[in-house]
Amino acid sequence: MSAHIVPVRVYLIIFGALLVLTVVTVAAAGVELGWLNTPVALGIAVSKATLVVLFFMHVKYSTRLVKLTAFAGFFWLAIMITLTLSDYLTRDILAAGK
Amino acid sequence: MSDAVHVEHAGAVGHAHHPALQHHFDDLEQQQRAAMLGMWVFLLTEVLFFGGLFMAYILYRSWYPEAFHEASRHLSVGWGFFNTLVLIASSLTMALAVRAGQTTNRRGQLLFLTLTIVLGAAFLGVKVIEYGDKFAHHLVPGPDFQFTPAELAPAAEIYFSLYFAMTGLHALHMIVGAGIMLVMLYMAWRGRFSTEWYTPLEVSGLYWHFVDIVWIFLFPLLYLIGGLSVFGGGTGH
Repeated sequence: MSAHIVPVRVYLIIFGALLVLTVVTVAAAGVELGWLNTPVALGIAVSKATLVVLFFMHVKYSTRLVKLTAFAGFFWLAIMITLTLSDYLTRDILAAGK
Repeated sequence: MSDAVHVEHAGAVGHAHHPALQHHFDDLEQQQRAAMLGMWVFLLTEVLFFGGLFMAYILYRSWYPEAFHEASRHLSVGWGFFNTLVLIASSLTMALAVRAGQTTNRRGQLLFLTLTIVLGAAFLGVKVIEYGDKFAHHLVPGPDFQFTPAELAPAAEIYFSLYFAMTGLHALHMIVGAGIMLVMLYMAWRGRFSTEWYTPLEVSGLYWHFVDIVWIFLFPLLYLIGGLSVFGGGTGH
């Protein structure tokens, strides 16, 4: 089979990056950033997940169909969260207007 | 189906098939691509499965931010951090096990699959310690639930319900994953995987990495929202 064999060095670099990002997310939690704490933590988590998906899960080296499928999953998750929040987070605003 | 393959083998003149090739595929590459796509479609259902719980977490936290902040301080950031490192390391060993399959390295497959299982077991062991701690400190939702300050207790109970639902479902996936890795270990021991065919190893790897990704989100959302004042402790009353 014509599989792409990723060099061990690449896996070790990704592993190192994941370790560093884990330390960064813990350190960031120790700093009082107010409402920014959660977006920072989620940004780091998304970066880590992206590294795992692209390299450990080989999506970077996979067919376009697999890339599209992986993207679709997280895209639909984003739709679910966005539409749900657009309802719940705006109820107070609408109630106040009455 | 296997009979048909045998017949084909018996009658094959000059082109023997790989034993893993199923008759409805042109070749092993096409078969592998179909398996990978199928696994990704399964993982999409898993994304939305866990997604529902994350959605519930987001809503309840937006309603009771103070209670979630206080309740989160009862988790041990130290154990959560340790387990995050363990899972990331297990993802590395998993990726190296798949690579050993791609390069027909049987000893590598056995070594890295064993390491993956050991790291997975270490993660679950820590989870047992943490759950035991929650039982000991009356932080398990139900009649024994106790939380101070009392006015935050009802919402804190929701936090711990989500904590057990999300980490419990994740732990269940880890247990299933460890079982799958034992099967992979057996297949590797039998010398089934080679450059030509290692599809089960690759597909199980996708599952293992997915479970790692779920934890990458659970760790900051459950453990870190209370700040770091209880680093390593997490049971202060």
